[in-house]
Amino acid sequence: MLATSFYQETAFINALYIVAFTLFIVGLSQVTSPLTAVRGNRIAGYGMVVAIVATFLYPGAGNWVLIAIGLIVGTAIGIPSARQVKMTAMPQMVALFNGVGGGAIALIAWAEFREYNGDLTTLEIGIPLVFAAIVGSVSFWGSNIAFAKLQELIGGSPIKVPGGVYLNILLLIGAVACGVLILTGENEELLFIGILVFSAILGNLFVLPIGGADMPVVISTLNAFTGLSAAAAGIALDNTALIVAGMIVGASGTILTDQMAKAMNRTIPSVLLGGFGGGDAAAAAGPTGAEGGTVRSTSAADAAIQLAYARQVVVVPGYGMAVSQAQHAVREMSKVLEEKGVEVKFAIHPVAGRMPGHMNVLLAEADVPYDQLKEMDEINGEFGRTDVSLVIGANDVTNPDARSKPDSPIYGMPILNVDESSSVIVLKRSMSSGFAGIDNPLFVNPKTAMLFGDAKGSITDITAELGNL
Amino acid sequence: MDFLTLASTSAERTPIITLLAITVLAGFVGFFVISKVPNTLHTPLMSATNAIHGIVLLGGLIAMFGADDALTKAMLVVAIAFGMINIVGGFLVTDRMLEMFKKKD
Repeated sequence: MLATSFYQETAFINALYIVAFTLFIVGLSQVTSPLTAVRGNRIAGYGMVVAIVATFLYPGAGNWVLIAIGLIVGTAIGIPSARQVKMTAMPQMVALFNGVGGGAIALIAWAEFREYNGDLTTLEIGIPLVFAAIVGSVSFWGSNIAFAKLQELIGGSPIKVPGGVYLNILLLIGAVACGVLILTGENEELLFIGILVFSAILGNLFVLPIGGADMPVVISTLNAFTGLSAAAAGIALDNTALIVAGMIVGASGTILTDQMAKAMNRTIPSVLLGGFGGGDAAAAAGPTGAEGGTVRSTSAADAAIQLAYARQVVVVPGYGMAVSQAQHAVREMSKVLEEKGVEVKFAIHPVAGRMPGHMNVLLAEADVPYDQLKEMDEINGEFGRTDVSLVIGANDVTNPDARSKPDSPIYGMPILNVDESSSVIVLKRSMSSGFAGIDNPLFVNPKTAMLFGDAKGSITDITAELGNL
Repeated sequence: MDFLTLASTSAERTPIITLLAITVLAGFVGFFVISKVPNTLHTPLMSATNAIHGIVLLGGLIAMFGADDALTKAMLVVAIAFGMINIVGGFLVTDRMLEMFKKKD
């Protein structure tokens, strides 16, 4: 081929990119309803195929063997992990995928730096590349720590870092300073490695102090970071598909971060600056909490009787349900209750679990009908008419201190008002406090009975007892 | 691939102001589209956005086309593999999840 074919023209490739990002937007706009979401996701997938094909048309494309190796390795890892991951492990999966995306961007920025022989003085290329390197690297390392916490490779509770925020600010200044030196004409590769190293330490230290219960905010933030760094890489590489896709992901992560923080009545900085539950506030709240009252424990048989004679039961699932993989057992129990004429609803707090929408996915996996899943605002008016609230491994999202005790660390957080129902059964592994390390007066409320043990085992026992009634 | 094609299309960059305009508008489009996603679908939304930020694969490819030293190439093979994990894994796992929501209706 001697002359440039039409399909190698920049204009043609860019036109294909327009098709690609149109498909992303159309696809995502169908993820607004469970009925059209499957199709929407596939449409976005077609958009990705168009984007990749368009990129292959780049004139001067080469290194095909290496490209093939990368594509094959990625596919070989991606397919089995997507097929095998358990729904309860979705937060880890999403954290890992965020990290992988951020890592790719940091590597691309570094490779571009080398391609330009360290000359990033063209600021419209240099600035976005430095931004992509910093944010991509923070996202990579932060996501890995989030993954390790969720997978319980390291403790889920906050880990205090000496120097805290100030150290993080210094690290950020260090990374930016290396970047500025490069932009002003220094072309030493060590400076670029400096950016990556400072950002790597920052990513680690930024997530380490954040407790398990704040994970929905952290995962959403890292998601936004990866998106924004992709958009920055798109500006540097003059690639509209990267820009648009990156900004959509950035917007999505930002919206989710904001919603999760609101659902905890906390500002985004207060979550990200960390240490919830590990700090002094929680320690101070401790002695005046649950130790004042007595805990009443119950048996599966008694709980079954209570549930069987109720008119309405509201199930409040939390992270504990995910941990013990109890969603299918819960669905079985709710079926048996419905056969007995009991109305069963599920109350989903926006931050229940470890990521946005975590509980909904688990209950959908267990075939709980869509219309039984109620959002917080929808269900809170109904607890007054509810005979039994069954709390399965949820803690902080039911803590009445959030309404009534101004010195509580979670004061002001919107909660599910389970204490307004006639009686409450709490399924819990032991009397230890929740991830936030805060006592929950709900457990010593005279209306409340505790059923200790593994959630899945307890629910299975209740279902068996229901059969005997 | 000959050098003529390279020369004829390595053309001038899109003006930075145009790229910034696209960036800002895309941010608004993203904001309005994603705002409509209900809480129930937030987990599949996140995994779908994981898949979409797999678009970084394009960056890896473009950089690889012109890469010539071994270390750069090695970094880019990893970046391409990472991007592909995002795309393949993200879309598949989202599809799996969304099917669970669909079969209820």
